[in-house]
Amino acid sequence: MSIKDILSPFSAWKKVIKDPVTVKDPFNDRPGAPRYRGFHKNELDKCIGCGACEEICQNAAIDMVPVEGIETVEGDSGLRPMVDYGRCCWCALCVDICSTNSLTLSNEYTWIDSDPDVFRFIPGYDKKEWDNSKLGWTKPKNYDLNTYERVEMKELHPEERDKSFIEFVKGYSKEQAEAEADRCIDCGLCTATCPAHMSIPEYIKAIRNDDMEEGLRIMYETNPLPEICGRICTHKCETVCAIGHKGEPLSIRWLKRYIADQVPESKYKEVLEQGLEITPKSKKVAIIGSGPSGLSAAYYLSRMGYATKIFESLPEAGGMMRYGIPSYRLPYDQIDKDINYILSCGVEIEYNVKIGKDITIEQLEKDYDAVFSGTGLHLGRSTRIPGSEHENVFFATDLLREISLGTEIKVDEKIVVIGGGNVAMDITRSLARLQNQKYGKVDVLATCLEAEDIMPADREEVVEAREEKAIVDPGWGPKDIKIENGKIKGLNVVKCLSVFDDEGRFSPKFDEDKKKFFPAEMVVESIGQGMDLTYIDSIKDKLEFSDRGRIVVNEKYQSSLPWFFVGGDIIKGPDVINGIANGHIAAKGIDEFLNKK
Amino acid sequence: MFSIKEDRSKFPTKKADGTLDIDLDSQKYVKIWQGPNHPGITGNMALELTVSGDEVVQSKTHVGYLYRAFEKLMERRKFIQCFPICIRMCVPEPDINEYLLAASVEELGGIEVPEMAEWLRTLVLEMARVTILLRGVPGQGGTMSLGMGVQWGVYVRDLMLDRFEELTGGRVYHMYIAPGGVRGLLPSGFKDRMEEVLKKVDEFVVDIDNLMFNNAVFKVRTKGVGIIDKDWIDQYSVVGPNARAAGIMRDVRKDYPYLKYDQLDFEPHTETDSDIYARSRVRWHDLQTSVDLIRQIMAKMPEKGEIRAKTPNVLHWKIPKGETYQRIESSRGEYGFYMVTDGSAYPRRINLRGPSYNSAMVLLEKMLVNANISDVSSLMVSLATCPPEIER
Ligand SMILES: Cc1cc2nc3c(=O)[nH]c(=O)nc-3n(C[C@H](O)[C@H](O)[C@H](O)COP(=O)(O)OP(=O)(O)OC[C@H]3O[C@@H](n4cnc5c(N)ncnc54)[C@H](O)[C@@H]3O)c2cc1C
Repeated sequence: MSIKDILSPFSAWKKVIKDPVTVKDPFNDRPGAPRYRGFHKNELDKCIGCGACEEICQNAAIDMVPVEGIETVEGDSGLRPMVDYGRCCWCALCVDICSTNSLTLSNEYTWIDSDPDVFRFIPGYDKKEWDNSKLGWTKPKNYDLNTYERVEMKELHPEERDKSFIEFVKGYSKEQAEAEADRCIDCGLCTATCPAHMSIPEYIKAIRNDDMEEGLRIMYETNPLPEICGRICTHKCETVCAIGHKGEPLSIRWLKRYIADQVPESKYKEVLEQGLEITPKSKKVAIIGSGPSGLSAAYYLSRMGYATKIFESLPEAGGMMRYGIPSYRLPYDQIDKDINYILSCGVEIEYNVKIGKDITIEQLEKDYDAVFSGTGLHLGRSTRIPGSEHENVFFATDLLREISLGTEIKVDEKIVVIGGGNVAMDITRSLARLQNQKYGKVDVLATCLEAEDIMPADREEVVEAREEKAIVDPGWGPKDIKIENGKIKGLNVVKCLSVFDDEGRFSPKFDEDKKKFFPAEMVVESIGQGMDLTYIDSIKDKLEFSDRGRIVVNEKYQSSLPWFFVGGDIIKGPDVINGIANGHIAAKGIDEFLNKK
Repeated sequence: MFSIKEDRSKFPTKKADGTLDIDLDSQKYVKIWQGPNHPGITGNMALELTVSGDEVVQSKTHVGYLYRAFEKLMERRKFIQCFPICIRMCVPEPDINEYLLAASVEELGGIEVPEMAEWLRTLVLEMARVTILLRGVPGQGGTMSLGMGVQWGVYVRDLMLDRFEELTGGRVYHMYIAPGGVRGLLPSGFKDRMEEVLKKVDEFVVDIDNLMFNNAVFKVRTKGVGIIDKDWIDQYSVVGPNARAAGIMRDVRKDYPYLKYDQLDFEPHTETDSDIYARSRVRWHDLQTSVDLIRQIMAKMPEKGEIRAKTPNVLHWKIPKGETYQRIESSRGEYGFYMVTDGSAYPRRINLRGPSYNSAMVLLEKMLVNANISDVSSLMVSLATCPPEIER
């Protein structure tokens, strides 16, 4: 102990002449730091109501609630987060996980009210003075709680695939599928959008749990064609996938394929019929057409105990899936796998029987208690330009059917395809393969009215067609097919300026001065398909038709003739999953109808 | 000088079973409660004191006033959801929990954290140490009514909290170190503003030296008081500053280096007297060491870099079956998380092992016997107990 120990503490007196450090002005707010985790803001238009915020909140402070003025639409649940400040701990995990970055925190932190209920509020909807604050917590840069890039799908290299019809998408490995499945946030926007309302998050979860059998069971609840859909579905689910807002949507289609691929056909019965008890019913149902809608209706009806029989005009089942979609996208053995299982469930099928010709529709009405018809769109549509009646002008669907039937088709050295949709790409790529096989080179060109950016075909179809050395030259209107000495010389086209008018009606405008000539010996038209309803001519006057010539049905796909249900492309679509969905709904409708009968 | 002559006759004798024979009806003893609310302690904790005159003859520590089942709650939370909870296990120094949770998850999940994130974690942990010591060091004076230092400390601490706020978005609960990385780079100009704060800490260090450590009253009340016997250090797992005050070098940063500590130049301070003064003095040195470390980190850390490793989607991040013990040097010494995982998306068990348990439940009860009532809070604070760490 020294004298210093007595004097030293008095040094504190020097603070007397220093300014006080406490805030002198208690009435003005001190703004929170630019990153401060203050009160919530939400951009309501940007938010899609996916509920990731609700899911991650460890305090259960967030509830997804309906909000006036926000509709439930595809890709938007219509719900918005309501935050309870009695529970919130401002950790901002909700912000970091937000699928659209719409949810942020302001740097505001004082809010005084005598009513405790106001502290449970819907950010963005209940207007707050901090709604426009520029500062506060946002998702940190380069900080992601999920992966926003897809697991890349391995495909055959263009040079390996452009000569053959073998499947070029290789499918995921276990690791790849699990990594892709991991990106799902279980929001269910996909389920709401899928025409068949497949339980997508649930079967994706089965992949994460490495339980393929469970995955298959889940898929069959709403879709009896998973191998097929796992390859060629139009995947509307992926367009609305919440993950797609910050990155690439989940490859839902490939995941579906992964599950189905993992379970061998020989195990299907065991997996799908475990504990299944079907009470056979006395009533019988006839199904016209073995496309996806017919197969789906048949499968679900057979599960309900009905004796079902399909009448198919072609030698094999599958409709456009077999006779339209090329096998490099959808191999026949995979079609067979799905269909074999359906047929193994007691569904009968008779091939090479055309209703309206071999059996009349009246006969069916007599022999069966109900009829479901899904006959699809199989008639080609012509551009009707001069020259289109030439014998070397074909419809895409006819050629594709011939290819599937195994008939040798005409393949010339120079071919032009008119059309810019997926069917046009299918025939273009099929012809490219055949040219390659026949001539060792590709010379097929596809052209359409639509400019590149609004081409109806999927982007990857166009890219892959080009990879296979086909030429895609969009934005041209066909004028006439030039014919000399009875032989096709090529296609004359003019620049197409726009396809639709201001009201969205089809009304193409051309610049007649900008011309082009595509030399060719053969022309293929692929501008859409029409339906052949001659088989119901005899009952036509008892049916109701819409202005566009479609049979009018109710929400159960029942026509104005109560025993006659209609689905598939001739009602809605055109794609496989819509066919599956309405076949399933019609099956339930038929069950209801027959129960009342 | 001011020693109190002991009158052993007042003391209870031992019964045959070894317990003290305290008969309250004899009127020789009084039971008084210190706490559960006591400003000397962060959180609530009570000492049930039996005193004879002004001397403590028996003390019993009571906890349970803060119990919110954090460890249990975490068993019902996904791994990412645990980090806003675990911080509550030590309010004045929450970051150590964030780090341990992250380190455990990363260890078991096989995640390697980017270099930049490691530097930022080291920085934040030292900032946290400065923050708690700015209250803890002058707090020792506070227990004997030398409140002025506490006020100075609180002011400088607030400036450090400003830095936390701009870096992490929060002042007290930073929620910055999350499994996989950290939640942001340094804001621009941060280092300059941090340097300003560090200068204030430097001033504070001198001021508190003058006010508290070179203070006759403080010395009398702390030197030779509350000695932790050297033998007890191992016996009761005394760690960190409390061990170093007894001359035993124990610092996880040196003994089992983690993060970037092996790239930093520092020597933890030791004393020999093992009394309240020595422990205070060690913490005062620790404060300076941390300030120096922050300067070193800011000079050595890269300017840019990734802040988060790629992890599975946090919403269903499953950690393989396993167990790990991760430790860290907190301001109170070794502090660890024992985590068990069962392959699911939830921790099977997270158990916190902190120094406060031994300090408050064992050491303190032992040391308070024969202590003067006026020294009780001083003794308690000198062990630096953080009650929420005892009841998780
Ligand atoms: C080239 C091409 C590519 C396509 N690519 C895809 C794709 O990638 N993804 C996708 O989702 N969709 C695709 N589609 C569309 C899809 O194939 C159809 O939407 C779907 O097959 C329609 O199903 P459906 O049940 O209506 O009938 P369809 O599949 O058209 O089947 C109808 C069946 O009914 C039979 N039938 C017709 N009339 C009679 C009768 N009177 N008596 C007996 N049987 C009859 C037909 O022979 C046929 O088998 C593509 C279509 C084409 C043409």
